[in-house]
Amino acid sequence: MVQLSYYLVLSGILFACGVVGFLIKRNIITIFMSIELMLNGVNLSFVAFAAHWQKLSGQVFVFFVMVVAAAEAAVGLAIIIALFRTRETLNIDQVNLLKL
Amino acid sequence: MLHLILFSVFGLVCVAGAVNLLLQRHPINSALSLVVVMGSLAVEFLLLGAEFVAAIQVIVYAGAVMVLFVFVIMLLNAGEEEQTRGSRVAWLLGIPAVLASMIIVCWALITHSNVGSVAIGALPGHPADIAQLLFHQFLLPFEVTSILVLIAIMGAVVLAARSETVERSKREG
Repeated sequence: MVQLSYYLVLSGILFACGVVGFLIKRNIITIFMSIELMLNGVNLSFVAFAAHWQKLSGQVFVFFVMVVAAAEAAVGLAIIIALFRTRETLNIDQVNLLKL
Repeated sequence: MLHLILFSVFGLVCVAGAVNLLLQRHPINSALSLVVVMGSLAVEFLLLGAEFVAAIQVIVYAGAVMVLFVFVIMLLNAGEEEQTRGSRVAWLLGIPAVLASMIIVCWALITHSNVGSVAIGALPGHPADIAQLLFHQFLLPFEVTSILVLIAIMGAVVLAARSETVERSKREG
């Protein structure tokens, strides 16, 4: 038996790592990976609560989160490729204009 | 006891991978540590009994999404991260706020840790049971996600395709 709160603490630590990476990283791909890390942290708390309340809906929510994350990764990486073509940089400090 | 040991080992691997993602300067190293995080999270899902979620975590996240990331990193030939100063507000306000809120949340969770415990394999998430929910109670959200995925595919193709106007402006300018 593991306390439910241990799972929530692990999920909170993962989410905080994702937020810190989002703030301190300057490479746009790594920032994108930090967002995936945050989504994974939330997924863990969904599954832990599903096990705690004995309701399968939590696992279905995780399925939806994964679908949205996959769609987001596809569109986001396409945007990064389009951005790299026009700017030829991956540093977000040099991407400060919407239009070139 | 076995549950606690497995949870601690894979939880530590998970946190180590997440911290390594932050410390690495090269994006490919960050991507590989993210694969470690996702793999150990799949084990955590299995410990909770969510077999289907663990399987799609490995197939979709650690497989498809990370292949996409590694592919883009190699396509764009992303090198070491350049050190620029970045936003000062993020450093002065963001990081302390994140760390403080994380510590408060963890402290609150640990001091109230007697709310309940979960046994190993507490809620077996068999694919048949999940499909039952997905195609009855959550049918409308499921259909909406299919439209979302279709839009995402078209958007990715449109965005990543080399547009003619950009080509023309490059040739002229």
